[in-house]
Amino acid sequence: MNVSDALIERAPAAAHVEAPLRRFVAMYAESRIAVVALVVLVGILLCAVSAPLISPQNPYDLAQIDILDARLPPGEKSAGGMTFVLGSDDQGRDMLSAIFYGLRISLGVGIAATVAAVGLGLGFGLIAAYAGGRVDALIMRVVDLQLSFPAILIALVLLAVVGQGVDKIIIALITVQWAYYARTVRSSALVERGKDYVEAARCLRLSPARILFRHILPNCLPPLIVVATVQVAHAIALEATLSFLGLGLPITQPSLGLLISNGFSYLLSGKYWISFYPGIALLMTIMSINLVADQLRDVLNPRLSR
Amino acid sequence: MGAYIIRRLAASVVLLFVMSLLVFVGVYAIGNPVDLLISPEADQKEIARVVAALGLDKPLWEQYLIFLKQALAGDLGRSFAFNTPAIELILQRMPATMELALAAMAIAIVLGIPLGLYAGLKPDSVLAKAIMAGSILGFSLPTFWVGLMLIMLFAVQLGWLPASGRGATTELFGVQWSLFTLDGWRHLFMPALNLALFKLSLLIRLTRAGTREAILQDYVKFARAKGLRMRRVIGLHVLKNIMIPIVTVIGLEFGSVVAFSIVTETIFAWPGMGKLLIDSINVLDRPVVVAYLLVIVALFVFINLLVDVLYSALDPRVRVTGAPA
Repeated sequence: MNVSDALIERAPAAAHVEAPLRRFVAMYAESRIAVVALVVLVGILLCAVSAPLISPQNPYDLAQIDILDARLPPGEKSAGGMTFVLGSDDQGRDMLSAIFYGLRISLGVGIAATVAAVGLGLGFGLIAAYAGGRVDALIMRVVDLQLSFPAILIALVLLAVVGQGVDKIIIALITVQWAYYARTVRSSALVERGKDYVEAARCLRLSPARILFRHILPNCLPPLIVVATVQVAHAIALEATLSFLGLGLPITQPSLGLLISNGFSYLLSGKYWISFYPGIALLMTIMSINLVADQLRDVLNPRLSR
Repeated sequence: MGAYIIRRLAASVVLLFVMSLLVFVGVYAIGNPVDLLISPEADQKEIARVVAALGLDKPLWEQYLIFLKQALAGDLGRSFAFNTPAIELILQRMPATMELALAAMAIAIVLGIPLGLYAGLKPDSVLAKAIMAGSILGFSLPTFWVGLMLIMLFAVQLGWLPASGRGATTELFGVQWSLFTLDGWRHLFMPALNLALFKLSLLIRLTRAGTREAILQDYVKFARAKGLRMRRVIGLHVLKNIMIPIVTVIGLEFGSVVAFSIVTETIFAWPGMGKLLIDSINVLDRPVVVAYLLVIVALFVFINLLVDVLYSALDPRVRVTGAPA
């Protein structure tokens, strides 16, 4: 193929790039609930990112909080004249601000752990699919073994051994998640490996690394994206659960789970808001991610494409 | 079939060895066993005695053999907090956890299968849509938060149910049960419902998907053409065919219910082994943590084995032969 041929080949291809994206958006927009969920999710992300800008107070600046404002119900005014829209907690912190800051930590930990776990799982999954034989058997045996135990148990035990901390909980979340990705990537890579374009690339004597990363990998991404989206929600829920149990994040990094745990002791005396509102924030986050993932799965699933 | 069970049994034993090795490496090689297994209040003489008893001065492989020998003899160390053998503590708490897990599973099955069946038969009805929306909610709700909200509603606002504890129990076959007293039921209901919620959503979705698939099959059309009533077609033919995946999932999920009961037991102060684990982690009572780990691993291996065997017994199409587990 000479240069001019290559140019002619490329021109229509460039025009095509727009179309799949537009079709993707149109297909996604077919479900009104999914669109609402996406808007909510973007809103939550914006709240988390801009927490220091939009929060009424910095809940971790001791100069701004007053212990006399502790456990005020929603709508009550603080000694300084500020209104606690969602009430205040046992240290006189504004719950709304604490939730914004908590979202930051919950989402940050969840996304960081998922990205790292995707990387790890992707690597092992591709290696297993491409190498086959003993390597494949070994990796998949470890994956099977791990997946036969519930994630919460593995994370709990790991944290009991290594202790608390942001880095430790991220390690625990990576450990419980990587196996899902390894399995997903392996199964789609195995399908892709047998296809003609891989055979063609082999005939061109491209290096195995190039075939793996430039040819097979991009075609394995759609199912991986779906699994990863669902797993972000799982990671956030798991982190919240572990923090609630007192094994996740330290008290200086209060995620939503820790906020809920804080309010637990006041629940029996009817002071519901300390646990209730962080829980709503957590629920909205997880639910919007789940709904977006649901729609993504339908859109990206080739079997359902019309 | 017999050969299959024997092979699976052998694989399970191998798995137990692998897991015991992992636990051993976790406790003895990564952590410092002197810190992990000897009470921080022990004096020098006591430390020296335990080091000698556990053989911590010996090479690592020999330590593993000692650990294994003691574990096989049922000796998993003594609890610092209670000063009783750790295994005894866990076995004492196990019936409470099993009772909770079984009750949760029962709620999920009794509600989940009929709801899922209905949603699968009339997918466009308002009720079916409400059921499916509810199941998405059930998937998204964090279990521990739902537990708190249940306490808030039923115990604090309405005052109908007690917020924590196990209530009165009666003894049967040497085990304490709360299933036979009203007080026991009042205590059991909330935690069981809390624990069931996630599995309930799962069963609804699974049953619905199975029903929608089965209803299009030829045997359903044939049964209808034969003049059977819809009720009988569904109750006999459809239900039988969708049961296989459901039974498998119920079996596999039972283990995860036991694991998740750690959370529920902590919220409702249910005196099971999950609460024991969290309490032990909090007071650094590590022998109990190690013992819990080994017990739960054995339990899981046993459950997985049971499900595999049941699966091949239920579905003649999956008589797995030659597949090393």
